[in-house]
Amino acid sequence: MTGQTSAPGIAARDVCKSFGSHLVLDKVNLSADEGSILALLGPNGAGKTTIVRILSTLISSDSGSMHIAGRDVVTDPDGVRAVIGVTGQFSAVDNLLTGAENLRLMADLRHLGREAGQRRVAELLEQFDLTHAADKLLSTYSGGMRRRLDLAMTLVGQPRVIFLDEPTTGLDPRSRLTMWQIIRDLAAAGVTILLTTQYLDEADQLADRIAVLDQGRIVAEGTPAELKSRVPGGHVRLHFADPRLLHSASELLPAAAPNQDQLVLHVPADGTVDSLRGLLDELHEARISVERLTIHTPDLDDVFFAVTGSHVTDQPDHDPTSRGAAQR
Amino acid sequence: MTTLAYTLADSWVMLRRNLKHQLRYPSMTLMLIGIPIVLLLLFVYVFGGQLGAGLGAHEGRSAYLDYVVPGLLLITVASAVQGTSIMVAMDMTEGIVDRFRTMAIARASVLTGHVLGSLIQTLAGMVILIGVAFGLGFHSSAGPLPWLAAIGILALFAFALIWLAVALGLAAKTVETASNTPMILLLMVFLGSGFVQTKTMPGGLRQFAEYQPFTPVADTVRGLLTDAAVGDHAIAAIAWSIGISVVAYLWAIRLYNRRRAAEPK
Repeated sequence: MTGQTSAPGIAARDVCKSFGSHLVLDKVNLSADEGSILALLGPNGAGKTTIVRILSTLISSDSGSMHIAGRDVVTDPDGVRAVIGVTGQFSAVDNLLTGAENLRLMADLRHLGREAGQRRVAELLEQFDLTHAADKLLSTYSGGMRRRLDLAMTLVGQPRVIFLDEPTTGLDPRSRLTMWQIIRDLAAAGVTILLTTQYLDEADQLADRIAVLDQGRIVAEGTPAELKSRVPGGHVRLHFADPRLLHSASELLPAAAPNQDQLVLHVPADGTVDSLRGLLDELHEARISVERLTIHTPDLDDVFFAVTGSHVTDQPDHDPTSRGAAQR
Repeated sequence: MTTLAYTLADSWVMLRRNLKHQLRYPSMTLMLIGIPIVLLLLFVYVFGGQLGAGLGAHEGRSAYLDYVVPGLLLITVASAVQGTSIMVAMDMTEGIVDRFRTMAIARASVLTGHVLGSLIQTLAGMVILIGVAFGLGFHSSAGPLPWLAAIGILALFAFALIWLAVALGLAAKTVETASNTPMILLLMVFLGSGFVQTKTMPGGLRQFAEYQPFTPVADTVRGLLTDAAVGDHAIAAIAWSIGISVVAYLWAIRLYNRRRAAEPK
């Protein structure tokens, strides 16, 4: 397959999809170089799952051109299926089988052959720390174990492109870190990864490039640093005991935005210790007592506000492809 | 490997998966095999004396046992396909079917696995039922060839109903619906020549009973096992089986592919 190394891992242009009269994807462009991680960031209902389902040949798009590792999603779906692995939001494991049997099933369907299949299964059980539970039925697995097995099943056929739809949603912090490390290792091994997430820090931690999806449109795209430079930055929130103190403080700090109802002053800050010390010294010298202080770092909401002009709202789940959501 | 070889290999993998499911879910498998045996005991020992008298035979109960075994073989089929429908519907609610769809495998192999697995289960159920029937004193004057023919006719009919059950399982929105709809098939055995002769039924019902598919199958099997003439019944039984198989297969494949295209909520 050396002839195809020049093809990008993922290349999608002008992808559109409607469900009935509802436009779910509006001319979406995505691209990811081979061996890179592309994060698709957006709130529920933005169309993240739909684009994953289209690129992984589960549903068809209305228009647009899409290539995965140089293979056309529309005209050569089986060619695409041979090189991809998909781990969706809802576990795609067989609950009546054991962990090892699930992996064997994948090895058999990838036509690995008996010996190579057994070797690959043992390898993955080891890599994902599941050897101790290999012969246990899935009903005894914890959430983190199921997610690891799910990803291990995706990797049986050594795919060149992997789609991960919200791979860490619902995981405890430790399992989340484990999952992050696995994803980094995969990319380091040359696998192209498209991952969807609602968390900016996850995209920031993992991605080479981030595309922000809002109501079916890509509203921003770039490296994590580029995107963050478009966010106005963090601020410090000063909470006061009474309105007079708030008033004096806002006179002292003209760049700040007061909130009279909550008795809070939003002071723009770059988050360094020096700037924070300077601010506190200034307040101390003016004898303004601050009841409480919180530091706010840029998050998904800030990115959204910066690129769309509106805050993330909990949108109704328009996405009819996430059928599993209603059933679990 | 060729495409055909891949299709066979994938179907074999899916068949093994299905058989494992049956073993891991033994309560359902045992219930589906148990229902016909309970009905056999009920009909022979509770109803058999009186129903046998209606056959005009001297030894009522044992004559009725000989009469009713083909009917209970059909109950075995109808009971087993209920399991097929449930298993298919359960599968469709699991994320793993979506995973199969993103893999380069023979598309229909998931369904083929269910069909072959159910066929094996049905044949096992029939063997057990015939064993119990012999234990109760069932008598057959047929040689090995008619027996083989009878099993062949039943297997062909089972194949047709299993595809129908696969389609019903795919069409069902919930597992409960998938479990209930095939009950009609159980009822069809009673509304035919499975338990009593159709000539004893009133006009309209009798006409329905004589022209519905379960009757020629029951009559053919009964004829083969008692070494009597089978006549046109066999042709009708085979025609029904092939007809139902083709229609149900096309319906099932269409439902399976359509689920992929639009994914209704």
